[in-house]
This record gives sequence, C-alpha cells and structure tokens, in this order.
Amino acid sequence: MKNDNSRKLTGDHDIEQFIGMQLRVGVIGASLIVLIGGIFYMLQLGGSPVPAYHHFVGTEAGFTTAGEVLSGLRHGSPKGIIQAGIIVLIATPILRIAFSLLGFILEKDRMYTGITIIVLAVMLFSIFGGLKV
Amino acid sequence: MTILTFTLILLAGAYLAGLVGSLTGLGGGVVVIPLLTLIFHVDIRYAIGAALLASIANSSGAASAYVKEGITNIRLGMFLEIATTLGAVAGAIIAVYTPTNTIAILFGAILLFSAAMTIRKKNQEALQSGSALALKLKLNSSYPTPQGEVKYYLKNVGAGFSIMTLAGVMSGLLGIGSGALKVLAMDSTMHIPFKVSTTTSNFMIGVTAAASAVVYLQRGYMDAGIAFPVVLGVLGGAFTGSKLLTRLNPQLLKYIFCVAICFVAAEMIYNGLNHQF
Repeated sequence: MKNDNSRKLTGDHDIEQFIGMQLRVGVIGASLIVLIGGIFYMLQLGGSPVPAYHHFVGTEAGFTTAGEVLSGLRHGSPKGIIQAGIIVLIATPILRIAFSLLGFILEKDRMYTGITIIVLAVMLFSIFGGLKV
Repeated sequence: MTILTFTLILLAGAYLAGLVGSLTGLGGGVVVIPLLTLIFHVDIRYAIGAALLASIANSSGAASAYVKEGITNIRLGMFLEIATTLGAVAGAIIAVYTPTNTIAILFGAILLFSAAMTIRKKNQEALQSGSALALKLKLNSSYPTPQGEVKYYLKNVGAGFSIMTLAGVMSGLLGIGSGALKVLAMDSTMHIPFKVSTTTSNFMIGVTAAASAVVYLQRGYMDAGIAFPVVLGVLGGAFTGSKLLTRLNPQLLKYIFCVAICFVAAEMIYNGLNHQF
C-alpha cells in the first residue's frame, strides 16, 4: 500500500469538509459586511454625483492600509466598512492555505507541509513585501 | 448621474456578468472588466481591482461546494499554487510598468483565447498510468462519478507547472482568474479528467487572485464605491447561474455568449490600439 497514493489519504476527507465550511463562512461574512457598508454608503452619499472614475487617483482616495481601514471603521465611515469586508474577502483564501497547512501537519505529510509553507510565504511576501509601487 | 443610480445600474450589470460568466464557465471577472471600462468608462485599474475581488468571491463560493463533494484535488491545487501565486505577484509588479492600453489589448487577446477554450472538446478520459514525478508528488488521485470512484494518473507535471506560472502572471496583470489557462494546463497538458481540472482550477483561482489583490489593495485599485456593487452583483449572478446549470445544459447559450464575448474582445483590442484607455 505504501506506494499507492492514488488512494485517498486518511484524514483528507475531514480537512476537505472543514475547508469547504471555512470558505463558505468567509464569503458569506464578507458579503454581509460589504452589504451593510454599501447600504450606509447609499444612505449617506446616494444623492451625490458619481465620482470621476475615469480618472485614477490611487492611494489618494484612502482606505489602502490596514490602519486607514481600522480608523474608518472606528468612525463608522461607510467606505471603511466596505473596505473591511473586502479585506475579509481577500483573507478568506489566504486563511484557507493556513488551514491546509495545519491539515498537512496533522497528517504528518512532510512534503506537502513544505509546499504549503512556500505558498504561504509567497502570500506573506505579497502582503508585506512593499510591492505597492 | 447620482451615486445611487450608478450603483443600481452597476449592480444589475454585475449580476448579468456573474450569470453569463457562470453559464459559459468564463468567470464573472472576465465579463465585468469590459462592462466597467467600455460601458461605464471606469479607469481599467479600478475595473481590475473590482474584477479580482469578484473572482475571489466566486472561486471561494463555488469551491466550498466542490471541495465537500471530494472532486477537487487539494494536493494538486496546493502544488500548482506555488506557480500561480509566484506568477501573480510577478504580474502585479509588471503591471506598474505596463501602459493601460497594452493591458486592454492583452485582455482582449486572453478573452478570445478563453472563448475558444470554453467551446473546445473536453478531456473525459482518466489516464491509467502517470509519470514518476506525479507519483513522487502524490498528485494521482480519484474522484467520485455516478459509476463510483475513478482513479486517475497525471503526466507532464513540469509543463503544467510552467503554464500555471503564465496563468498566474496573466491573473496578476489583468485581474482575472485565468481559468482558461489553468484548465489548459491541467486538462490538455497534464491529462486530468475535465471535472477534476475545472473544480481544482476554481479552487486555485481564489488564492491566485488574493496574491495580487493584496498588492492592488495597497495601490488603491479597490474603490469601495465600485467594488461594493460589483462583488455583490457578480456573486448573486454566479449563484443564480449555478442553480440554472443543474437544470439546463446551455450548449446553445454557450455558443451565443462566446460569439458575443468575441465582439467584446475585439472592442477592447480596438480601443486599446486607439489609446482609449
């Protein structure tokens, strides 16, 4: 049996169930936060004219760092709430990698623990690597 | 136009984009970029930001169902995510030095390729023996079918990995899931049965898109006012699409949409060549 890895490895099933649930909760949670922020945004600014979206302003618009989003949340800014939902959405697949890593460690699958660490490292580099410009 | 009107029209448009993307298998992000740039005249960078978010939402939503059914090959997905995330980060770096018109032209070309990929013949056969590397990496697996569990084996792991890197670069550069390139790598190159390759590709799209999304978020590509109706609309449309798909087999619809997508691609390329972005 040792060389037959076409068979589903024990424990795989539980991890699959858990990852499935985690992804679902993440997407639904993020959508709800975005929806709440969106409703506030409409109530507050619904009547204003549309910003000039054909003109790209980039980071000037704010809410591009965790600090800005947090302070937006504290002040109950609708855009801050939407942006927080967006961060939850982006975090959902990243969290999935972390849970996969846990699963592979529990299974004592050394090779895939290593592979998952590489993927997670690329992600962390992307987040903290200062690739802004 | 007030923000309220703009948001409602965008919400309806994004819903349709999600629906079409789901019925054709192209993905909502691919349809949302032309919608935002060609119809709403939004800067392509905002469109890319919003489309990436829509891709993450769609992928994670759909993957949650497929993973539970046990069709997705999680080891294969994780291994290939090394290629797609590295590619996506590279794509996000290249994007800064790429003129928006070039991005639009490239997007049109990928759109044409994606349309061609959705109507081609699909690989249903499971290989009965695979390469040594596939065995070493524990990539061979099995998946449930109405006739019971079917084992499958892989080959050309290196070539598949290379195409995945390219898929990652395109995803990072254009803000799309690059589902068509991912399926090309798995289905046509590594000879994985269609059902496994599409669900595993879907599973990977969220992680690939997140790798470049974190960079774009810090660059201000994600505007709350655009992202909010786009994410909710595309997600709703994709959900409706997945429900419709279980009841009808939209072969004809698929062809009609693919022709329509070709016109959209032509428009993107034409406008890009004329420096309209």
